[in-house]
Amino acid sequence: MLRRALGLLPRPIAAARARSFSTDLPAAHTADATFMEAWNKVMPNTDPPKTPLSFMHPRPPTPSSIPPKLTVNFVLPYASELSTKEVDMVIVPATTGQMGVLPGHVATIAELKPGVLSVHEGSETTKYFVSSGFVFIHANSFADIIAVEAVPLDQIDANLVQKGLADFTQKLSSATTELEKAEAQIGIDVHSALNSALTG
Amino acid sequence: MASNAAVPFWRAAGMTYITYSNICANLVRNCLKEPYKTEALSREKVHFSISKWTDGKPEKPTLRSDSPEE
Repeated sequence: MLRRALGLLPRPIAAARARSFSTDLPAAHTADATFMEAWNKVMPNTDPPKTPLSFMHPRPPTPSSIPPKLTVNFVLPYASELSTKEVDMVIVPATTGQMGVLPGHVATIAELKPGVLSVHEGSETTKYFVSSGFVFIHANSFADIIAVEAVPLDQIDANLVQKGLADFTQKLSSATTELEKAEAQIGIDVHSALNSALTG
Repeated sequence: MASNAAVPFWRAAGMTYITYSNICANLVRNCLKEPYKTEALSREKVHFSISKWTDGKPEKPTLRSDSPEE
């Protein structure tokens, strides 16, 4: 049965145009040749319109040796915290634990939990408390960190954190529906993360 | 391959990731020190008007300024 299935495979693959993986595509965007010809026939004296793809900076290709620095893009919905900043290491609060990202890290997508993100550059460390988000680490030592809310640790008020923790612990014990329990649990998680960020 | 890996507790309770993420962000904003807290909360305010349509005609629009808490 398997052999017959294997025999069926090559036909559809040959018929469909071979699709390359996104990592194998050429780094620079080349204009479509058939479009250019058709355009030049109709309007030879005007430049063709630019497509959105040509405005995008192509991702730098994966170098053959590990680069010395990690390039980090750290963005929030309302601001770009770090934009192609070269750093030595970042430690991100992934759901699977604190993850250290060094240049040459394997390509990874990680979901973030509420926690501390620290950016290490030379001898200085900048810490942010991140509410949640994702980190995309690419094979060419570029890391994109996207968070909904990220604040430097000194902007957090310890009293409000303690109060919130007490409130939500109390809400959890008095919660009835699944949704209320989940919300109370989220509150506890976030506030305990804030607490350990302030004390740790 | 297990396609039903252990789901996070909020997903099991029927909450989507966006709701979870927004709740976390609001909780963090509420724990900020004073000037930053008012900046953050005012940044997240939304102000919009909704009009329902019935029989192809819009009814009177209602203005809403939802504060970020809900």
